Amino acid sequence: MTLPLFLFYCFAAILVCAALGVIVSRNTVYSALSLVMCFVTSAAIWLLLEAEFLALVLVLVYVGAVMVLFLFVVMMLDVDVEKLRAGFTRFAWLGWIIAAVVVFEIVGVVLGRKLGVDVTRPSIPVAANASNTTELGVLLYSHYVYPFEIAAMLLLVAIVAAIALTHRHRQGLKVQDISRQVAVRASDRVRLVKMEATQRK
Amino acid sequence: MITLAHTLTLSAVLFSLSVAGIFLNRKNVLLLLMCIELLLLAANFNFIAFSRYLHQLDGQIFVFFVLTVAAAEAAIGLAIVVVLFRDRRTIDVEELNRLEG
Repeated sequence: MTLPLFLFYCFAAILVCAALGVIVSRNTVYSALSLVMCFVTSAAIWLLLEAEFLALVLVLVYVGAVMVLFLFVVMMLDVDVEKLRAGFTRFAWLGWIIAAVVVFEIVGVVLGRKLGVDVTRPSIPVAANASNTTELGVLLYSHYVYPFEIAAMLLLVAIVAAIALTHRHRQGLKVQDISRQVAVRASDRVRLVKMEATQRK
Repeated sequence: MITLAHTLTLSAVLFSLSVAGIFLNRKNVLLLLMCIELLLLAANFNFIAFSRYLHQLDGQIFVFFVLTVAAAEAAIGLAIVVVLFRDRRTIDVEELNRLEG
């Protein structure tokens, strides 16, 4: 057994245990932290699979942003966990049966040589001085530039939607009303009074 | 060496665990969102495995886009959960039946 394979087995074991922790944990905070563990070990496995850029992006974007967002929401909501856990085992048998069937089918297809490719052939490692980030960048900014811009647009829409959904109007707040400020006329503010001239005594 | 079979099997196990998680935690919206994240991660494993096997980077580009969409989905999903909790004081899926007559 080579060192990469040994590391793969170690990380895969941790990954599966952490995934189990996500789905059976009693506390939602523990679930979120197990999911962080899943992402970190997945990033390690992606490094072994020579996808260095995506491994780092996974850690930065998922662990650094998405999971922090999850933890914020979990801690912000005062959720009655026991009530949500009621009937936890009611459909558990169905879930485990479907999981077993899915694993059985996919592993059967993969190991039964029905995929049309030789799944046991070890892939040739890329050259030691090849830069995964450079190659991805060249591809992303040439061939995939339109999908890239659509993805950027999607993120912008997501930001606007998230803020618009959660923004709350508070009562009694003193704010400027720009449209009223612009629409104001001099006659609203200044009143010219005509008076008779009087003689000073 | 790590072969395609290793990665595909791991991805299958991860995928089915998250499907089982959707059945187990069918009441808690937050855990459903987490299970969907796990599902997408398992799908990404396949893309990366085949990208390495076939020596083509297009699979990794696709993972990039999947990550983008998943991040947007998580942000909007959590915003909806927050609004829902403010309104109904619960995130139980079975109690979200306001549209019923």
